[in-house]
Parts: sequence; C-alpha cells; structure tokens
Amino acid sequence: MNRFAELLDRLAYEPGRNNKLRLITAYFRETPDPDRGYALAALTGALSFKHAKPALIRELIAARTDPVLFALSYDYVGDLSETVALMWPSALRREHDSKSPPPTLTDVVTTLRTLGKSELPAQLARWLDELDEIGRWALLKLVTGAMRIGVSARLAKTAAAALGDKDTHDVELIWPGLAPPYLDLFAWLEGRADKPVNRLPAPFRPVMLAHAIEDADFARLDAADFTAEWKWDGIRVQAVGGRDEHGSAAIRLYSRTGEDITGGFPDLLPSLRLQESSEGTLDDYRKPLRTFRHQAFAIDGELLVVREGRVQSFNVLQQRLNRKTVTPRLMKEFPIHLRAYDLLGDGDNDLRELPFDERRRRLVDFIAALDDPRIDLSPQVPFATWGELAAVRADPAAAGADAAAVEGIMLKRRDAPYLPGRPKGLWWKWKRDPHVIDAVLMYAQRGHGKRSSYYSDYTFGVWTETDGNEQLVPVGKAYFGFTDEELLRIDRFVRRNTTESFGPVRHVVHEPDRGLVLEVAFEGLQRSARHRSGVAMRFPRINRLRWDKPPREADRLETLERMLASAAAVRSA
Amino acid sequence: MPAMRPQDILMPVAAGLCCKPGGFHIDPVRPVDRAVITHGHSDHARPGHGAVLATQDTLDIMRLRYGDGFAGSTQAIAYGEEIALGGVSIKFHPAGHVLGSAQIAVTHGGLRIVASGDYKDVRDPTCTPFEVVPCDVFITEATFGLPVFRHGDAACEVDKLLASAALFPDRAHLVGAYSLGKAQRVIALIREAGYGAPIYLHGAMDKVTQYYQSRGVALGELRPATGMKKADLAGTITLAPPSAIADLWTRRFPDPVTAFASGWMRVRARARQRGVELPLVISDHADWDGLTRTIAATGAGEIWVTHGQEDALVHWCTSQGLVARPLALVGYGDEDSGEDATSSEEDG
Ligand SMILES: [Zn+2]
Repeated sequence: MNRFAELLDRLAYEPGRNNKLRLITAYFRETPDPDRGYALAALTGALSFKHAKPALIRELIAARTDPVLFALSYDYVGDLSETVALMWPSALRREHDSKSPPPTLTDVVTTLRTLGKSELPAQLARWLDELDEIGRWALLKLVTGAMRIGVSARLAKTAAAALGDKDTHDVELIWPGLAPPYLDLFAWLEGRADKPVNRLPAPFRPVMLAHAIEDADFARLDAADFTAEWKWDGIRVQAVGGRDEHGSAAIRLYSRTGEDITGGFPDLLPSLRLQESSEGTLDDYRKPLRTFRHQAFAIDGELLVVREGRVQSFNVLQQRLNRKTVTPRLMKEFPIHLRAYDLLGDGDNDLRELPFDERRRRLVDFIAALDDPRIDLSPQVPFATWGELAAVRADPAAAGADAAAVEGIMLKRRDAPYLPGRPKGLWWKWKRDPHVIDAVLMYAQRGHGKRSSYYSDYTFGVWTETDGNEQLVPVGKAYFGFTDEELLRIDRFVRRNTTESFGPVRHVVHEPDRGLVLEVAFEGLQRSARHRSGVAMRFPRINRLRWDKPPREADRLETLERMLASAAAVRSA
Repeated sequence: MPAMRPQDILMPVAAGLCCKPGGFHIDPVRPVDRAVITHGHSDHARPGHGAVLATQDTLDIMRLRYGDGFAGSTQAIAYGEEIALGGVSIKFHPAGHVLGSAQIAVTHGGLRIVASGDYKDVRDPTCTPFEVVPCDVFITEATFGLPVFRHGDAACEVDKLLASAALFPDRAHLVGAYSLGKAQRVIALIREAGYGAPIYLHGAMDKVTQYYQSRGVALGELRPATGMKKADLAGTITLAPPSAIADLWTRRFPDPVTAFASGWMRVRARARQRGVELPLVISDHADWDGLTRTIAATGAGEIWVTHGQEDALVHWCTSQGLVARPLALVGYGDEDSGEDATSSEEDG
C-alpha cells in the first residue's frame, strides 16, 4: 500500500502527461502481481466496494485526538482525509505495541470486498496504525471513493500497454473481458503468455473521435473528400449485440469510454434485438434487403430523446442520465432513441478497416433492415463547397434539423477507416460558435478538493438598469476554463479586493471602474425563474481574463435577452 | 525582596525580547545598544546594533550577509560558555537549527529562562546537535505547532529525490531550499545517500555554502548552475533559493522537476500553491513531536510560545498542566495568516 500511495502522491503533483505515464509504467514494472493489478483497477475506476463515509473517519479521529487540536488542524489543512492522515497517532511512535507490517494494496482491496459494515471501523483503524502519512492519505482517499489525482482510465491503460511496448488500443480492445488483478494482461505485456482473448459476447470497441476544425484547416481540405453530418448534442454510445458460447443473446450499451450503461436504458433494448441469420447472404450487402439478417453488430451512435419526431435538447436528455432506477413514467416522458452514425461490426465481420463510405452503405442497409422507430440513421448533409456547408451550419433549422439538439457539423473523410482515438485529419467537428459575453466578477467561493485553498468558483454578472441605476445582476457561475496560472492571479485578485465576506462567499469589488472582467463562453441560454436576471447559461466557462477592460464596458442583460430571443426564433422556425 | 518574576527578567517589547536587568535584547527587530543573537537567519539577526554577542559562526554569517560594519562591536561566545551581563548570567547552548545556532539561557536571581530561538531536535550533519537545557521558563517557537506537522526521516525524503532523478534522467531536478542551513543540509544528506556526481548551485547560495565548507562541513563537488548548457543539466540536481524555483530562472533547465525542501511541504495545498512537483518534507524547525518532546524535557513549568501556530501549542501545554501563553513578538516571521510564511526566505 505504501508503494501505491507514493505513486498516487507523486501523480497528484505531476502535471505532465508523459511524466505521469513514466511514473505509472515504472510502478507496474517494479510492483509484483497482484498488487499492480489492483493498482491498475484503482486507477481505471474498476474497483468496487462500499465506500466509507466521512462521518466514520471523523469518529475514528475523534476517539484518538484532542478535539481542539483536531479543529485547529482541520481548519489549517482543509481536507478531512489529509488532516486525519497527518494527525493519526502513528505506530512508529508506539512500536512496542504494533509489530504487524503495513497492509498491501491487495490486502486492502480484497478485505474491503467482503468486510461487513460493522467490522469496517476497527479494520480501518488497524490499517491506519500500520501505514505512514502518505499511506494513510491514500487509504482514506481510496476507501472514501475520493481518489482524484488527474489520471484518466485511458492514461492508466496506456501506461500498462507501455510495459510491453503495446498500443493502448490493444489493451482497450481486450479490456472489457479482463478483471482485476489482470494477471493475464500483465503476463501478456511481459511476454510470458499469449494475448488474452476478449470472450465477451458483446465487446466494446474503442471509439473514434474528431478534432475541432479551425478556419485555417479548410484551405488544406478538399470538400469532395468529405461527407457531413449533424453533430447531435446527446450521449455518444456504442450499441453492441452478440451471442455467448451457449448461443444466448447479449445486448450492451457502452458510453464512449467503454462504461456499460445498458441498465439505464431498458426501453431501447427490444429495438436492438438480434435477428436470425439467413445463410449465404451475410456478407453481401447488395442482396435484397429482406433477406439481409445479422447475428452480431456494433453500432456507433448518439442517444437522444425524441418526442413526436423532434430531437429534444440536451437539457431534456439529462433527465434520463445517472438515474438509479428507471421508472415507466420516466421512459414514457423521455422516450429514448438511438441515432446511428457508423457500423463497426456486422455478424462476424469487423468493418473498421473499411472506408467510411463503405461502412455508411452497410449502415444504411442495416438500419433499413432493422426497421425500428427507435433507431434511425444520422442524415447526411449534402454540400458542394465549404461555403455552402458554412451557411447550413449557421442555420440548422432552415436545413431541416432539430436545431435545439444540433451542436454543429461532423466532417468525415470518405476513405477513412474507423480508428480508435483521435487520429489526425480523418474526422473533424465544426461546432456552432459558442456564445461569448464580457461579464464582471461579483462573488468568489473556495473550490473543492485540489482547489480548496483557492477562490475558484466565480459568480459573474452583467449590467442592467434598475430604478434608474446601473447595476450588475448575476447571470451565472463558472468553475473552469482558466489555467492554473490564471487561477492564482484571480485568487490573488479576490483576496486583495474583497469588500465583504459571508461565510465561504467573498464579495469582490465590482464597480464601473474597479473590478475584474471575465470573458465568459457558454453553449446556450434558457429562461430561468431561479435567477434574478431571468436567464441561465448552459456550460458557462471562463474564456479569457480581461484585465485590460474596465467593468463599465462589460455586456448588458439586454444582450443576453437578444440572444435568447433569436434562439427562440430559430427553434420555432 | 519579593520573589523574582520571569517577566522582570525577560519582557517582550517593540524592539524584541528585552532583558532589563542585563541591559540587552535577544534577536531584536530594531537597532538596539546591545543585542544577543541566536542565529544568522535574517528575521533574527539584523544589522545596525551597537554591540552584538553571538557564536563565532553566527557573527561570520552576519558579516557575509551584511558586510564588515554590520554592528558597532562584536563578541563571540562558545557553546557552554557563560558570561555575566549586568546582573544576569548568559549561557549559549546548541539549538541544532543551522550552523552556529544557539539557545540562550538567561539566569537571574535563581530563575532560569531559556530563549531557544529556532531549533530542531533531530539529526543534522551540518551543525551541532540540539541540547536540552533544564529551566524554569522555556521560550519556544511554534513554526510547526500543529499536530499535522510530523517531518519524518529526512533521509527518506532525499531517497525520493534520488529515485526521481533516476527515473527521469532527461530532466533536471531543481530543489528549492533556504540558502542558509537547509541547502547545505540537503546537500550533505544527498552525499550521505551515496550520490557522488557534482551538485549545482544557484549563485545566491555560493558564499554561505563556501562558508559551511570552510567550517569543515563536507559537501562534495559543487558547481555553479549559471553558464551551463541546458542539455548538460539533464539528469543533474541543482539547489536554488525558494524564490528562484518559480522564476524565469528555471527556463535554463530541461523540463525541470521542481522540488522544495521544507516542513510546509507536509500539507498538500501548500505544496500545490507553490507549484511544487516533488515536495520534500525536510525542516530545520522542530515538528509537533519535537516541540512537545522538548517542552516536556526542559522541565519548565511555564512556556512562552512565539512565531507560528501559538494557539495549538499553548492549548497542548495547558492540557499538560503547564502555564503557557503566546509571546506576542512583533516582527518575528510574518506568520499571522499562515499564508505568507513560505515566502520568507529563511523560514521553514
Ligand atoms: Zn531560523
């Protein structure tokens, strides 16, 4: 556990991706099985056990420390797990009564899996006795489920792949069939065994992603090489069907990161049924459609809520996400729909090496054969020149799309194979221009976790006239979009320009000539009764800091209202 | 004659800790006629006093820093040596903080007060070890006066640095460390860990480091970092003052790993605040266990707590049945908010 804790500790401070990779790979190289496998599971979020509540941690420390000293310490450190890790009366000082070696990560993970709730406090205390400061910190983060160290699951898999000079995609491809502590994976990576076979009947395929296109890119690209589709603002998913060795059907819905989200959408599953195969016609897409049947498939598409033929906005779709239970009422009110972009597998055939045009032809046939109202084809947007496409993108409603759910345009090279990751130059996303306004920082609040010592949550406002006075009215809150360096500068500004403090909230000076102007970008606007301004922003983020701009030159509420009105006009058109 | 009270012997005033019967101040923050100085850090040793009494090392360090005319006159005193000033007796004892650092025992009318300055009670190959001085009143610092500050074994922290240097041979390792004391201790620990390659130094550390070497502290081969080609600094270790590691100065290093050797590195938010990638918990101040252990060992019944986290330490003393109060000394550290402490060059 201590070695794993050291890794987490170092990763938490290391900003560079490549350096993180080297740290993780070095850990995998040095650490024996099964510890490294459980570490990989911890880093990829593949561990599951009941998390300990902060209240339990508080009880444990309260029984061992002076309450005044604990309060002063917690106030200083600002993080419960860290305070407890540092304050815990360590076994080092009581060596005579604790001789047991610190637990390994394997000890911790395997014990937690089966430990009864009533046994947890005593077990946790024993481990805390045996570990050092960093070990205790890592243990508490692990058991409270708060392990945020800036490492994505993909990065951890990449680090594992590097152990055997393998590609990340090779690991991702077999990943769904693997389980902690991944003995077979490490054996293969170290050249001691064959590649593990993905035996899942409905495996996930690593997803292909697009680059954001810049104006300058168009000059180098020939419109004739590309097809265009709407970029739908839903949830990118992969719908996969197959049969296991006993012939039973398996249908899975995966998120773009390979997470199994099948359970959230039972209403879509009947539409994804497997069909009987009709011999001899399996590979031949030119045969009459009626005889075309398939056994296994993998569709790349977008989950959307569609009501009466109209795709609803992401706000509506959100009602269906992260639900513990899916009630019949929810399914009825928010009917889920799959819009298909691509066909990656059909029967036993892996289609990913084929050019996009060819896959598209097969997809068209596939969707037609499926003939299900809940599953349709993502329509292509015809265009001859980039200028023509730009006009369509500017006004999706005029081109017949449900503008509320269109995020922009996707460009796909006609000859592109389906490659995992974000390969250069094959797929491009051309988003609609984000809305941007200049707003004035009004209030600041401390952030959470890593940012708890900084004022990193900002409420901003725009000008409006009330009773003949120019006043700022809050229109949103942003937590991100700035660099660490900018965070430090804003934090300093907040501390030096606080006019009043209410609990955790600082009022920051916001006068016509004194204050900080934030350029805020956002994805959309809605009417809101909860906000004094009457409008709410979707996904606001700090685009730029306008140190150069006096607050009096910031935008006015009327500007937002105009944006709202024009969006409404587009929607009803 | 009524019994002597401690505050009749030593009393905090604006200029510092004043000994009226002896006619001197300890570590005064303003120019005074007669100063008795614990150690060479700039928040304790200031120029412009009339007469200065300190260890030879402290006097030398003050001269290095402020030039020859830093005081009207100077007098060197050795550890264990006792002299009389006015009606009081003064004796110097090692504080284990930096080279030349001392605790000052002031005895008068049968009452002994020990002003310990900054101290640590753990091993440091670059200075004389701390000595417990039995006394009636103990004046203690509280820089790390919270039970979250436990510094651990400095050798383990240096191992962390060397492991990182081995894992990233193409990157430079840049270690922020206070110029007086910490830097030399870190170098000595690196040598003890078996690292034999040259160690590079920021120019601001040259003089004081050479002084340590002249006093017999073995630091191995040291080279100036200035003037080196960027590529040649890959795989090397450089020590620099804390202010330099967040500075443009670091651009001369290839993809530097910024480390910082300080007791403050125990708290993650503090480390992140400084943009440190490799925090090394190495302190020249006693940690919580060191403070409480020392207070108990002196046998003092009354404790005066100064510069740092006074509240927690006063609370602890009280819970142990000791009389304790914060000694509000203006100008010592600037640590009231706890936020600026690491920006002071000499502390931590
Ligand atoms: Zn000092």
